[in-house]
Amino acid sequence: MIVAEQKPIGDIAASLGSFKNIVIASCDTCVTVCLAGGEKEALEIQGLLTLCDRESGAERAYTVVNIKRQCDDEFFEGENDVIARADAVLSLACGAGVQFMAEKYRSLPILPALNTKFMGASRGLGYWTEMCQGCGNCILERTGGICPVSRCSKSIFNGPCGGSQNGKCEVSPDIDCGWQLIYDRLRAIGQLDRLSGIIETRDWSTSRDGGPRSLALPDARVGKEDERVV
Amino acid sequence: MSDKSRLQRVLEQGNFSLTTEIGPPMSADAQLVRKKARMLVGAADAANITDNQAAVVRMSSIAAGILASQEGIEPVIQMTCRDRNRIALQSDLLGAWALGARNLLCLSGDHPSLGNHKQAKNVYDIDSIQLLQAVARLQNEGVFLSGGKCRHPPHFFLGATANPFADPSELQLMRLQKKIAAGAQFIQTQAVYDVEAFEQWMARVRALGLHEKAYIQAGIVVNKSVKSIEMTRLVAGMRIPESYIDRMRAAGDAAAEGKAIALELICRLRQVEGIRGIHIMSVGWEEVVPELAGESGLLPRPAAEQEDETV
Repeated sequence: MIVAEQKPIGDIAASLGSFKNIVIASCDTCVTVCLAGGEKEALEIQGLLTLCDRESGAERAYTVVNIKRQCDDEFFEGENDVIARADAVLSLACGAGVQFMAEKYRSLPILPALNTKFMGASRGLGYWTEMCQGCGNCILERTGGICPVSRCSKSIFNGPCGGSQNGKCEVSPDIDCGWQLIYDRLRAIGQLDRLSGIIETRDWSTSRDGGPRSLALPDARVGKEDERVV
Repeated sequence: MSDKSRLQRVLEQGNFSLTTEIGPPMSADAQLVRKKARMLVGAADAANITDNQAAVVRMSSIAAGILASQEGIEPVIQMTCRDRNRIALQSDLLGAWALGARNLLCLSGDHPSLGNHKQAKNVYDIDSIQLLQAVARLQNEGVFLSGGKCRHPPHFFLGATANPFADPSELQLMRLQKKIAAGAQFIQTQAVYDVEAFEQWMARVRALGLHEKAYIQAGIVVNKSVKSIEMTRLVAGMRIPESYIDRMRAAGDAAAEGKAIALELICRLRQVEGIRGIHIMSVGWEEVVPELAGESGLLPRPAAEQEDETV
């Protein structure tokens, strides 16, 4: 899932500028799970912004709408009218959702309420860690199901570097050395030999380094000829 | 004409090598590099020029290396993968060779978060092993990482580091094998204080025959003060027996004690089977290097003349 956290309320309030009629849009998927951008958080932010306005003397009206997924067109139906009447939308979605709304409502300012952090997994109540960088070229079969790109601070493929000590990374004692994890796992499953060869220089063009990426599945696009296919 | 470095000739002609280190200044002052370099002329076969060590901005290792070479000490250019992608790495390699650098040490580099530009974007396009592999292919096959041909490739004496004390030890040893398989001709180790642990590591290195595939040089740090040894102890992958720290603390003259410890270490490490040289990291105390070299019987340095290849 995509993990995000709320911006400080002062930053959000400052970003509202002179807008008076604000729609606060929650998103019902990843950011709800990580307690950053669900309906509950949207109502909380509404309350906090109302308090901020009371202190600053600003006069604003807020309407909370809940969008199931802000990154998909079909989930906005039913909210179009209320959104169209707003001066601006405060989106509690991840960066993808904010941008999707900005494309969809071309004349409307869409403001982010969250900082989108990473693709990760839940590691207990209220705790998530980064697991994937979406590099587009997965080698988890070679590294025991632990990703060197996202779990090693240097994203090195023939680790660990000399900074690994007692299973921890040189960056912080709070960070596990990704290569220690890979080693422990491969050893436990009797596949340490998978590390014996040099992992060759990577092709990062499948990652963000190749420019913004897209994915078009021809079979799923039947009947979509009217859309621009990248 | 042979383009072999002096360090390579020293080792290939069967001599025990002595190398040391120059940390470039956090400024554009050429005189600081020249002054350090002059202290080392005749006292060592070559000097590593560190590449923004600890992720702190300093004069470029290539530029400082050329300054050192103008003063008469051969540089070992350190090149980390932290700040340059494959385009910049290969470009700098070509430039370093064109300017006369002949030794190259490939490293991962300390993470930016350890340095003074913590906001920097770290690069790590390729890692140190992939860099070794890339340089070896460029040199041996005349091919860039792109697959494109290089008509006049460099021919560096290619080095890498090894940390006998880092974790996990089995994987670290596999990495050393990979580095040598990738093309490393010489290896400089992390500073050794714990000679017993180092001997155990060398036994494993010898069992794999790695000491016959690359020239392994044992690293030592010479500490000038109690603070210096305490700071050294904090470096990741460093193992310092308590007895050395106690000795530094108890000594009236910590600098003299630090030098005495370094002399003992050199003496013991020279006798470890498979060790072909000593690498002294003086952490800014360059003037002690000629003293250590002399008092440990490593002077004069061999002439290591260029072999005549015209026959």
